[in-house]
Amino acid sequence: MPGEGLKKGYFHMKKIIELKINGDFYEIAVKPSKRLLSVIRDDIGLTGTKEGCGKGDCGACTVLMNGKVVNSCLVLAIEAQGKEIITIEGVAENGDLHPVQQALIDYGAVQCGFCTPGIVLTAKALLDENPNPSEEEIRDYLSGNICRCTGYVKIVQAIKSVRG
Amino acid sequence: MRAFEHFQPSNLKEAIKILSTKDKEARVIAGGTDLLNAMRDGEESPECIVDLKGLKGLDYIKYKEKEGLRIGSLTKLGSIEKSSIVKKKYPVLCQAAHSIGSVQIRNMATIGGNLCNAAPSADMAPALIALEAECKVQGAKGKRTISLEDFFAGPGETVLKKGEILTEIIVPKLAGKCFGVYIKHGLRKAMDIAIAGVCVIITKERGKLKGVRIALGAVAPTPIRAKNAEKILLDGSVSEDAITEAAEEAAKACFPISDVRSSEWYRREIVKVLVRRGLRECLEKV
Ligand SMILES: Cc1cc2nc3c(=O)[nH]c(=O)nc-3n(C[C@H](O)[C@H](O)[C@H](O)COP(=O)(O)OP(=O)(O)OC[C@H]3O[C@@H](n4cnc5c(N)ncnc54)[C@H](O)[C@@H]3O)c2cc1C
Ligand code: FES
Ligand code: FES
Repeated sequence: MPGEGLKKGYFHMKKIIELKINGDFYEIAVKPSKRLLSVIRDDIGLTGTKEGCGKGDCGACTVLMNGKVVNSCLVLAIEAQGKEIITIEGVAENGDLHPVQQALIDYGAVQCGFCTPGIVLTAKALLDENPNPSEEEIRDYLSGNICRCTGYVKIVQAIKSVRG
Repeated sequence: MRAFEHFQPSNLKEAIKILSTKDKEARVIAGGTDLLNAMRDGEESPECIVDLKGLKGLDYIKYKEKEGLRIGSLTKLGSIEKSSIVKKKYPVLCQAAHSIGSVQIRNMATIGGNLCNAAPSADMAPALIALEAECKVQGAKGKRTISLEDFFAGPGETVLKKGEILTEIIVPKLAGKCFGVYIKHGLRKAMDIAIAGVCVIITKERGKLKGVRIALGAVAPTPIRAKNAEKILLDGSVSEDAITEAAEEAAKACFPISDVRSSEWYRREIVKVLVRRGLRECLEKV
């Protein structure tokens, strides 16, 4: 019966979920209220994904879910089951940096670096969708990734340099 | 966030049953971009959450020449924004969807969530009200259809009854030639909630003005339609004076509040400017 657990007070109980992150499977016990961001950072220990605002405004917690960028602070871990999740740790291939990562280094587009994992994933998603974006399209696509250091100019230049 | 029980029903009936049999407070979660923040801030603390994402057949965009457009309530704003059929037939909906949040937000946020959350500033609402959209709703007692204009009851409130789920948004076909704009006014170009949102749609048949629709967001407890303003243009001749008069009339339909984003006075003023701008653009381009 739906709701029975509630009456008996079982709903504080954790549920076992299976997540696929960067190609690896993890079985984790979570409370329904646990966010994907906390699971990635605290349970799995992949701390490249950052928490800034915790409410969808800054993009520091960006991950790819089935190839699309989402704010992992606004996803319940329990609802990420069965999805293909990629974090910043899963972007480099065989030890080679993703072209966006290399370009951000080459252009000096990283200062404190807190926004960088989110920027890399967002830029990757943009280029996967649209290999040849205009400057305006790049800026528009990045509007959910706040950078307090760089002023975006070098970030945009770096992304432009890896267009198809 | 307070603890809650989490359900992932696989069909609509089951979801409705969980939502309506409970004596406890149950909430639907679609994209979660509004609900999870409200729960985080303690504004909402439901005991059960019913996830609609596992329901089949609520995520679609269909267009038929006779009936118009049908959008499943679980359709993501990002899908609406990118849909080629929406772009072709109702570009104003793409404009409205694109104005919301960020790519990340639009990849999660649904059209149903935007409407059911019932923020006065919900950006999909003015465009859909101007398009005279209808909402299909299903509950334990069956289905009903509500015009979107009557769907909102106040800030954060809709006419949905306990256990009812919004399933589909129907956008009727527009006759003749038409042009519409959604103008969102905020402090920033992106990632900002509207100070005011104005949708204007003009239709013409055989060169004659047939329809004028003006809908406003963020300037009253619910999104509203400004019918008196529409009448001024429909009943009289189209002139710069009539446009100004219609804009003044639209401002009269507002009941804005003062908040962190803007004062009441400013909202009324900006509505005049935006309605004027929208009318001019539509009349020129239709
Ligand atoms: C950073 C950020 C920026 C944002 N910017 C904007 C913006 O610019 N403009 C704007 O309009 N909004 C904005 N929003 C708000 C939000 O993203 C949208 O309103 C979104 O469309 C909500 O959809 P959702 O699927 O995430 O809703 P949810 O959070 O899942 O649900 C919202 C509410 O609707 C109810 N609900 C959802 N679906 C249904 C259904 N099918 N039947 C019955 N009830 C239902 C839920 O119970 C809940 O009460 C922003 C949010 C964030 C976090
Ligand atoms: S931490 Fe998720 S968007 Fe800021
Ligand atoms: S580099 Fe510091 S926030 Fe972007």
